[in-house]
Amino acid sequence: MADTVVDARGLQCPMPIIKLSQAIMAASPGQTVELISTDKGSCTDVPAWAADMGHPLKEQFEVDGEFHFIIERA
Amino acid sequence: MPDLAPVEEPTSTEPEPEREKMVLIAASGDLDKAWPVLILATTGAAYGMDVTVFFTFWGLAILKRPDAGISGDDWRQKLLSVFNRGTPENLGLSKLNFAGLGPKMMKDLADKHRVASVQELLELAQQMGVKLWPCQMTMDLMGLSRDDLIDGLADPAGAGAAIAEMKQASISLFV
Repeated sequence: MADTVVDARGLQCPMPIIKLSQAIMAASPGQTVELISTDKGSCTDVPAWAADMGHPLKEQFEVDGEFHFIIERA
Repeated sequence: MPDLAPVEEPTSTEPEPEREKMVLIAASGDLDKAWPVLILATTGAAYGMDVTVFFTFWGLAILKRPDAGISGDDWRQKLLSVFNRGTPENLGLSKLNFAGLGPKMMKDLADKHRVASVQELLELAQQMGVKLWPCQMTMDLMGLSRDDLIDGLADPAGAGAAIAEMKQASISLFV
């Protein structure tokens, strides 16, 4: 279970990344943030953002058309 | 002699890590250009970048206040302000505009699909620390004063400032 959950379901690009970045900035190093998105673009956007920012993407999975990403604050 | 506040010594000796820069030139007042400019600006800020958007020529329309009224001294400037009302609300589409019907349909679709509006993205950009720079020369040309534009903008600047920023930026785009 992540420390923070960001519910971006229904929101479109760029809002999932914006909300994720705000939650990560608010988190302490080592804490995890789970993003839930229904925007298909998140599947490429979130790994790209996390890799560039240096925040490890711990898990990525899909449940009933909803995309879940668990990211650790570096 | 005015009282001078004591200069605060920086508490940390470690320099702030230099943030990567992104510069966008918003030269168009079309809805379909303003939208991607602000999507890229906010996403750049989400990447921790130092983002600056220069608004020039028709792009200045994005920054106009809703209550700006007729601006300028010259009759041509006044005419321009009537026909180019500006504000995110009044931007047209570069194609399929159909006298405003196109943008109305596009905005209804955006609402339905929960795409953030240009107005929302503009406010978000400001909250995220994106610098919004109006171009001084085009403001003068079009007869726009600082009071005709929204609050929270950087001081109007020119091409010299834009080039200085772009020389240091890893991403520079003219939209």
